[in-house]
Amino acid sequence: MAILQVENIQKKFGKTSVLKGISFSLEEGQALAIIGSSGSGKTTLLRCLNFLETPDVGTIRVRDEVLFDAADPSTQREAEVRKKRLHFGLVFQSFNLFPQYTALKNVMLAKELLAQERSDYKANRKEILAEIRKEALALLDQMGLADRAEHYPHQLSGGQQQRVAIARALALHPDILCFDEPTSALDPELTGEVLKVIRSLADKKTTMVIVTHEMAFARDVADQVIFMDGGVIVEQGPARQVIEQPTQERTRQFLARYAQKA
Amino acid sequence: MSFETVTITMMKGFMLNIQLFVITLVLSLPLGLVVSFGTMSKFKPLSWLVRLYVYIMRSTPLMLQLAVVYYLPGILSPGHILPRMTAASVAFVLNYAAYFSEIFRGGIQGVPRGQQEAGQVLGMTRRQIFFQVTLLQVVKRIVPPMGNEIITLVKDTSLSNFIMVGEIIKLAKDFGNKGMIWPLFYAGFFFLVFNGVVTLLLSRTEKKLDYFRV
Repeated sequence: MAILQVENIQKKFGKTSVLKGISFSLEEGQALAIIGSSGSGKTTLLRCLNFLETPDVGTIRVRDEVLFDAADPSTQREAEVRKKRLHFGLVFQSFNLFPQYTALKNVMLAKELLAQERSDYKANRKEILAEIRKEALALLDQMGLADRAEHYPHQLSGGQQQRVAIARALALHPDILCFDEPTSALDPELTGEVLKVIRSLADKKTTMVIVTHEMAFARDVADQVIFMDGGVIVEQGPARQVIEQPTQERTRQFLARYAQKA
Repeated sequence: MSFETVTITMMKGFMLNIQLFVITLVLSLPLGLVVSFGTMSKFKPLSWLVRLYVYIMRSTPLMLQLAVVYYLPGILSPGHILPRMTAASVAFVLNYAAYFSEIFRGGIQGVPRGQQEAGQVLGMTRRQIFFQVTLLQVVKRIVPPMGNEIITLVKDTSLSNFIMVGEIIKLAKDFGNKGMIWPLFYAGFFFLVFNGVVTLLLSRTEKKLDYFRV
């Protein structure tokens, strides 16, 4: 059964139609790469999944639960949206780490705040916080950053910051982890270390939606690829097939431009 | 009259300056924050109303505002006169809250949108995002412009002599009327010392926030 079902998502900014009816589904444990040129609507789609934008039309379901229905305002109340957000994690292009906190605290903060809502928080405060800390340290270790836990974001390279951001998103155990061009703000030599981490997550069967410009990475790591252009899905299918033998002319043109650049 | 007597009199006057400074700072900082939320409100009538208030406060002389707060109650209902220090405090708080609100607004709007979005996708409430994520970044950004305003406030307290508050410049002028000019120059020394301490505290605050970058 699909873990994520997106149906007929439409979004306008003013008079500009950015998403013109996007539908797709994703199986648990699979990685989906979304490719396409700038302005094709990929990032807007990802922001809709994370409730940073509100679609005008469409539904979003996770594990058959309706998280968002444009026709049903009761799915859009702020208090509920906050909880539903936790089904998704989002890693931003520009990292967006909290500059005043260490790497470790960046990973722990949201979880600590959520823990305060637990009924047994007061009684077991110490144990709960120790557990959160232990888990955060393990995540940083998994990202290869065990020795950077007490560093502040400005003391880390872009690649390290992005890996902290991935650990921060993973700390809340989202059902689906989303990446918005995670390497676009990085120097080429730092891109590799972030892609390696995402690859290892794919190996562990983490369900992911990755907006990316790294075609080789999409081909090798993703299970499915969606090619978007002008707010619609032009082509979708198994990663290798879409990238190596696209059936649509527009996909071919797009990939050819990338091949030239590389 | 001896140097000692003058010094004691001036110190008594300067206590009023310090008192007005502290009252204004303690009340106008939180009020300014609330006002800045008002100007940024999505509810347009509120935003316009608050902007009008900021416009009036920043566009008219503080001296005039002092006069209005002090004399207007008596004109509207004869016999009702505020104590001078109370009137001065009200005028200063209203005036400085307007300036502070603009500094807060700049600081808050200067925090990249991504910070708030990062908090949102991590399931934080608006309140948590403001207090745990945004606030300290705002504070770091606004310390230098705030410092300017606070140092100006120390000096502005002497404007209260316009409504006859017995602050240091008023007392120094009284000496002048008796033919002694030097106490007026001497008054400057009190401001130098006090603002020296303020400057020191400000730079210490700036240093304290040096451990991160925004």
